[in-house]
Amino acid sequence: MTAILVDRETSLAEGSDDQPWRRAMRRLVRRRGAMVGLAVVVFFVLIAVFAPLVAPYAPTATDWGAVRKAPTLAHWFGTDEIGRDVLSRVIFGARASLMAGVVSVLISLSFGVPLGLLSGYVGGFLDGVLMRIVDAMLACPFLILAIALAAFLGPNLTNAMIAIGISAMPAFVRLTRAQTLSTKVEDYVEAAKAVGNPHIRIVLRHILPNILAPIMVQATLAIAAAIIAEASLSFLGLGQQPPAPSWGSMLNTAKNFLDQAPWMAWWPGLAIFVVVLSFNLLGDGLRDALDPRHR
Amino acid sequence: MLTYLIGRIAIIIPTLFFVSIIIFGLQQLLPGDPALALAGEERDPQVIQFLRHKYHLDEPLPVRYALWAQGVLHGDLGESIRINKPVLDLVLEKLPVTAELAGMAILVSLLIGIPSGVISAVKNGTVIDYGANVFALWGLSTPNFWLGFLFIMLFSVKLGILPASGFVPPSEDLGRNLATLVMPAFVLGNASAAVMMRHTRSAMLQVMSADYVRTARAKGLNERVVVLKHALRNALIPVVTLGALEFGTLLSGAVLTEQVFTIPGFGKLIVDAVFNRDYAVVQGVVLCTATAYILLNLFADIAYFLVNPRLRA
Amino acid sequence: MNRFKIVWVACALLASSVGAASAQSSLRIGLNEDPDVLDPTLARTFVGRIVFAALCDKLFDITPDLKIVPQLASAYKWADDNKTLIITLRSGVLFQDGEPMDAAAVKYSLDRHLTFPGSTRKGEISSVQSVTVVDDHTVKLSLSQAFSPLQAALADRAGMIVSPKAAEALKDKFGSHPVCAGPYSFVERVAQDRIVVQKFDRYWDKDKIKIDKITYQPIPDSSVKFANLRSGSLDLIERVAPTDVAQIKSDGNLKLAEIAEIGYQGITININNGPNAKNPLGQDERVRQALSLAIDRKALVDVVFNGEYIPGNQWVPPANPYYDHDLPVQARDVGKAKALLKAAGVEHPSVTLMIPNDTEQQQVGQVIQSMAAEAGFDVKLQATEFASALQLATKGGMQAFLIGWSGRVDPDGNLYSFIACNAPLNDGHYCNAEVDKEMKAARAVDDPAERMKHYKAVAAISLKELPIIYLYHRKWIYAFNKKVTGFVPYPDGLIRPQGMAVQ
Repeated sequence: MTAILVDRETSLAEGSDDQPWRRAMRRLVRRRGAMVGLAVVVFFVLIAVFAPLVAPYAPTATDWGAVRKAPTLAHWFGTDEIGRDVLSRVIFGARASLMAGVVSVLISLSFGVPLGLLSGYVGGFLDGVLMRIVDAMLACPFLILAIALAAFLGPNLTNAMIAIGISAMPAFVRLTRAQTLSTKVEDYVEAAKAVGNPHIRIVLRHILPNILAPIMVQATLAIAAAIIAEASLSFLGLGQQPPAPSWGSMLNTAKNFLDQAPWMAWWPGLAIFVVVLSFNLLGDGLRDALDPRHR
Repeated sequence: MLTYLIGRIAIIIPTLFFVSIIIFGLQQLLPGDPALALAGEERDPQVIQFLRHKYHLDEPLPVRYALWAQGVLHGDLGESIRINKPVLDLVLEKLPVTAELAGMAILVSLLIGIPSGVISAVKNGTVIDYGANVFALWGLSTPNFWLGFLFIMLFSVKLGILPASGFVPPSEDLGRNLATLVMPAFVLGNASAAVMMRHTRSAMLQVMSADYVRTARAKGLNERVVVLKHALRNALIPVVTLGALEFGTLLSGAVLTEQVFTIPGFGKLIVDAVFNRDYAVVQGVVLCTATAYILLNLFADIAYFLVNPRLRA
Repeated sequence: MNRFKIVWVACALLASSVGAASAQSSLRIGLNEDPDVLDPTLARTFVGRIVFAALCDKLFDITPDLKIVPQLASAYKWADDNKTLIITLRSGVLFQDGEPMDAAAVKYSLDRHLTFPGSTRKGEISSVQSVTVVDDHTVKLSLSQAFSPLQAALADRAGMIVSPKAAEALKDKFGSHPVCAGPYSFVERVAQDRIVVQKFDRYWDKDKIKIDKITYQPIPDSSVKFANLRSGSLDLIERVAPTDVAQIKSDGNLKLAEIAEIGYQGITININNGPNAKNPLGQDERVRQALSLAIDRKALVDVVFNGEYIPGNQWVPPANPYYDHDLPVQARDVGKAKALLKAAGVEHPSVTLMIPNDTEQQQVGQVIQSMAAEAGFDVKLQATEFASALQLATKGGMQAFLIGWSGRVDPDGNLYSFIACNAPLNDGHYCNAEVDKEMKAARAVDDPAERMKHYKAVAAISLKELPIIYLYHRKWIYAFNKKVTGFVPYPDGLIRPQGMAVQ
């Protein structure tokens, strides 16, 4: 946080608003871990987007004769418990898992950031009440909230995303509020107020852009956590429902066949690991890049 | 300081109130009739009626909340519809189990996280930095039910050196108790290890560029002494207090870990209760864990305040 | 050197004697779920019965081929047109608290089942109007009307006799420390962790009991349960997944035991329960017949269950004495299914099939979806969490529900509650007066041949109108360590300790 302030001062001195971004991006590019992470994420996003073109079979095409077959030329990743091609399911599963990650976080952001801005900027009784509610939500174990919400809405991918999104929201409210509180007292904000800007303009034009950095870092890390959360909900039967594939539900089914057909578990397990690790590396890299003290 | 403390303690009440409203409300939203779900296969209408009446399920929501809240204030957390046992008894039975698991998990996360954080900070930017990063992040990047299951297959089935599931209280057999908790604690602590690593690393990086460290280096002290004796000690302050805050995340992770390793703790209790619509159990347990989490937060803040000389002045 | 040897041998002897003295034979059983309350009057789950098999003996029991034999009773006699049942009790039976079991205790227990608030047994023996003590060892049950399934009910929880002293002392908390007349006494229970029972040394049949201690451990995840067995943490597990059978057979340390269940798995169809019944499937029996014909039950069982389970088409399995062999399991016939759909005027009906969200049932659902598609059906799967599914089913919030029944010894227990008008488990609200008449008649007579005539009449109608499409019957599959001997699987799925030993 102090780092952003340092940048603020230098940029004001140079009279430009986007210098810190460019410098941060340059630092980011130099961090190899984050670049690897970014590359992997982009790769999987492309696969997910072009899934119908890339996958050799339809993900729900069953073949009674080829149940639980080991990897062969016809099925590079083998087949699953009712004869579906594992490779195609992993490819299409990327859609479900990536969406679970991104959409959940988008939901958290769209509720969490405005609430945090409101709470931090307005302060007073509203802030007090909101913070108590946020504290209460944070005090309930995240997964329990998610399970209860998912059970309430019904077990399917969309509801799992909503459940995860809502359960992860309090953290963003807190973060946004903390950032808003410290930015609120900055000189330029005071100046903007003195000039007579309407509150909404101050919040949207002066405060929000300057607090985006840590929120983005948190969001990237949250996507990683959300993908894991979807897999966890699938373990409990609350995520993506068959026959549609998601890496989490594939893992859940595969663990029953670990001895007879281990390939059913290798590929989705590896996919989750690689993608989540990449988002984590990317998020950590972003955090380092945005704080010059970390060199 | 005293006013700060009083203020913090006073806030606990409204927060807990909101916790109870949230969890009570969520439960009621759940579709499905608990009397029906718990009346048994035969779904005898008389039994369903009886259960509805006994557990006030036919009363309007505000009445039920009031009845429950009143009970809580008198130390009565209600009764499990499924096994006719008071929730308070269940909580007291399971609390030590999850506490032990969480404690061991935090130990694991510190044992993995702090060294990786230190190495990562000291060798910042090098391959070793990335290596330490990935090592600590590994736990965060795999669903813990999957990791747990793999461990069971490896250590219990293939190697036969650890029990696959279950729990033995330490009072009964300490050796077996630790044996049953090693794998779950590791699986659970793994994820927090990454958080510990991040905190340690960032704290270390901050500290290492501080003046007193530069002075120590200028004095010609061995690098390792500089790192361990001067930098780490100060970097640990925020890390250890942050460890207490990880408790909330640990509880969440415990839910699944206990399910996979069949550890009879809070996590398993809550999950089963949600699916069985055993309302009182969910409400009682969440209230207890929320209280524990809030108190831990308070202690962490106080500890941070006391330990950090700069804040005290 | 010599002195060392002597000391060493002495220590070894001492250790082994101490070991021998404290060596208890113990059996660790892995259950699929945690039992509910351990009170025979209030108990509601199948898995609880497994624990009761060790704790509480019953008036009657069954043999592996489903014959009813006396257990706590020694003889019985029907009188008054089958409206009175006179039971002579076994003498010398003690409860686990040392109290003797006499007619008064039996009356107490049966009255408790009938009148205790919240009793889940009341519906099972509701035909019993009064229980009278004739003498110390004889009770007389007077029924309001003839009810032949009564003995089967008394061979289950409704026939479990509890110690009046303990029940009076603990009242509705009796489940926290049950005291009955079975071979094992309750020692302790840690919810969701274990239930421990210890051999009762004054059990009336104690020669058959060779294991000192049994620990029941609920482990819901079947792969973790299996891993426990393989690693030696458990000695016996129930409800093994069929896909694990090959592995058990190839493991020299493990043995397998299986037996067909007495229940069934099928699709319950909403015929008349609210607006969700207003679709071709619910309204026209030809569409239901087409769906049934589109499913290849043998292939279904082969693909999902490795061929372990048994294809079925009636409420009892083909090996059951009350199975109607004139209506055998039909082979798949897609052509006929299409013809039926055409005759019904709807060639591509859409069906939403509600399935519980566990992996096995989902696989069954997917196979059904795929098979039915070839006949023109568009089956949509709606995975629903169990508690919600139950409520949806009772309120008619579904078109079709993939659900089974654990089964009862008497065929009436698999039938009446499901297709009688207004019966509690009749979620589809099927109602056919003729079927009701035949089922009631079957309840009133005792002779199996007579009853079979009525059940054949029921089959003729209900297998045509298909309120329930029966699909298959499971097998109870047990896996155990080879040092466990004497285990006999029973069709009701219970683990009876009599005759079992652990080497």
